[in-house]
Amino acid sequence: MKIVVLVKQVPDSTEIRVDKATGTLIRAGVPSIINPDDLAGVEEALKLKETTGATVTIVSMGPPQASEMLKELYARGVDECVLITDRKFAGADTCATSSTLAAALDKLGYDLIIAGRQAIDGDTAQVGPQTAERLGIPQVTYVDEIKAVNGDTITVKKALEDCEQIIEAKLPVVLTTLSGMNNPRYMNCNDIVDSMNKEVTVWTFDDLGIDESKVGLAGSPTKVHSTFTKDVSADTETFTLPANETAKLIAQTLKEKQLITK
Amino acid sequence: MAKFEGYKDIYVFVEQKNGEIANVGYELISEARKLVASIPHMNYSVVGILLGHNIKDKAQDVIAHGADRVVVVDHELLKDYSTQFYTDALTQVINEFKPDSLLTGATVLGRDLAPRVAARINAGLTADATKIEMDPEKQDEALLLVTRPTFGGNLFGTIICPDTRPQMATIRPNVFAMDAPDASRSGEVVEFQPDFKDTDAKVVVKEVIEKVIEGVDITKCDILVGAGRGAENCLDMVKAVAAELGGEMCCTRAVIDDGFADKELQVGQTGKTVRPSLYIACGISGACQHVAGMDKSDMIIAINRDPQAEIFSVSNMGFIGNVEEILPLLKDEIIAAKKA
Ligand SMILES: Cc1cc2nc3c(=O)[nH]c(=O)nc-3n(C[C@H](O)[C@H](O)[C@H](O)COP(=O)(O)OP(=O)(O)OC[C@H]3O[C@@H](n4cnc5c(N)ncnc54)[C@H](O)[C@@H]3O)c2cc1C
Ligand SMILES: Cc1cc2nc3c(=O)[nH]c(=O)nc-3n(C[C@H](O)[C@H](O)[C@H](O)COP(=O)(O)OP(=O)(O)OC[C@H]3O[C@@H](n4cnc5c(N)ncnc54)[C@H](O)[C@@H]3O)c2cc1C
Repeated sequence: MKIVVLVKQVPDSTEIRVDKATGTLIRAGVPSIINPDDLAGVEEALKLKETTGATVTIVSMGPPQASEMLKELYARGVDECVLITDRKFAGADTCATSSTLAAALDKLGYDLIIAGRQAIDGDTAQVGPQTAERLGIPQVTYVDEIKAVNGDTITVKKALEDCEQIIEAKLPVVLTTLSGMNNPRYMNCNDIVDSMNKEVTVWTFDDLGIDESKVGLAGSPTKVHSTFTKDVSADTETFTLPANETAKLIAQTLKEKQLITK
Repeated sequence: MAKFEGYKDIYVFVEQKNGEIANVGYELISEARKLVASIPHMNYSVVGILLGHNIKDKAQDVIAHGADRVVVVDHELLKDYSTQFYTDALTQVINEFKPDSLLTGATVLGRDLAPRVAARINAGLTADATKIEMDPEKQDEALLLVTRPTFGGNLFGTIICPDTRPQMATIRPNVFAMDAPDASRSGEVVEFQPDFKDTDAKVVVKEVIEKVIEGVDITKCDILVGAGRGAENCLDMVKAVAAELGGEMCCTRAVIDDGFADKELQVGQTGKTVRPSLYIACGISGACQHVAGMDKSDMIIAINRDPQAEIFSVSNMGFIGNVEEILPLLKDEIIAAKKA
């Protein structure tokens, strides 16, 4: 079984701060990490490798620097890493990203594809399902457990708002995984040494045989019109009062607004 | 308008489960009414799309909540949700009726379905919108300006789809207010029969394990008292104040991570979105991930001992002080106010 995991390198959004003066994100010094939902997907793939002898291939689209992150994945035990990188892919929305990833997946071949549920920077959760659609294969999203693989059938548990579902799907299928489903393993010392010698396969636009109109900005129906950081509302009244007066004023306000009822 | 020949009206995917319609569909219909009202010269309607089996009788409910028309797709393959058959049916509805825009709830179901549909028809899809407006300069194209949080709530982007139709967006439950239904409203019901090329299900649900939700559903509460890490020593008092107000306690992720409350009570980006009439934030710093889930509340009162706390910037009233001292006094004042 050939498992391909889609992995995105993202800025650690917990470390991002807003520059209040300019209203922009401070990105300098913000570490790049492997998207948490994707790391959970890699771990599931590695577990299947151990139990079924599957191979694990990573595909990532991003800038050339992302190859550092991919080397780290070799140290966790994956078999092959492919970085898709080209200026032509810049500015892609999820429509164009999924077309590009699907072209790479077609070229690679696959039995099982695992994507993260959501990337912590773009935050759309759209790329997994859209990639499945481009490939014309089924999907199961919000997977929080892979239960078994038997022949060409995979059984997973999907987490919904009010229930969980045990689902059977025929391979090939795209799963999207949730970061809480496992604790990703650490890098293995021997593998770290080995990973130094392993090369990341790099594919550019010309390697994918995809139409230029389907990638990058040109292939993106959504456009970012503007961005802003949260404006601070100026009309907040703040009070510094003794505790008993604070309590009185709150209760009085609630009463006036008819929020205290008998 | 030649640019998008034949595309018209705002459509809303009305999610249902076992014939029960999720509120988010009605919230989106209420918002769609405001949007069409902002471009009266375009004469747009609000149209609900209802997929399911034996659900035709629900169409009147959708009309009562503000739809001018409801497209009903009634088919046994649509009885329970599946990516495969719902995508087939919804895409065919779009191709047949040509919506100018299509709004879907950003529920687990909506986030499974909408991207798949958007990819099939190569339409732009904006995820998890928190605000939708008509571009005042592009009213004749009914261009939507759709705003959404990214980077964990740190950056907001306004997204447009200038070149493709329909303009698609998903919106979380509770982001928009739901108008009261009007049973006397009338509207048109249109039935549509899709043509399923492949009726063999590729993904099969073998078993459903219902979650036992202990306690209350905070998304349905009208009054919430939010507890942050600063209130961890007085959670009983937070609950007592909430109880006196006829409301419930909810929490930040910090409180849940610290093991003081159940995940069901978490408000925020990775928790629930709430919009009660009143939200009292106690010992909450106001991190953007928390604020994203509660800033639509009608009235926000914050109590925090740090005058610089971010929570004050989203509050209507802020009180600098110690929650451990204030909450017991507040409880007594509320009891007194009820008697007065
Ligand atoms: C402010 C802003 C707002 C945006 N809003 C939208 C929007 O509303 N709609 C839209 O279509 N686009 C939008 N985009 C563009 C979008 O962020 C990019 O297309 C991004 O490359 C993919 O989306 P995501 O980060 O949301 O991924 P998600 O869809 O959240 O990612 C899900 C999974 O797909 C896989 N994946 C995603 N990207 C890659 C990759 N490059 N390489 C390998 N695997 C990957 C990973 O497994 C990941 O966990 C926006 C961009 C910005 C800057
Ligand atoms: C990807 C991601 C997703 C997240 N999702 C969520 C989410 O959905 N919901 C969420 O809530 N968080 C979320 N978080 C966490 C969020 O960033 C904050 O860490 C969290 O909201 C902080 O909780 P807090 O305000 O309770 O705690 P703190 O930030 O520790 O704040 C405690 C506050 O209490 C005040 N205080 C202390 N003692 C007292 C006292 N005696 N009286 C009055 N005030 C006092 C302090 O001044 C301080 O402002 C997420 C984070 C990440 C990275």
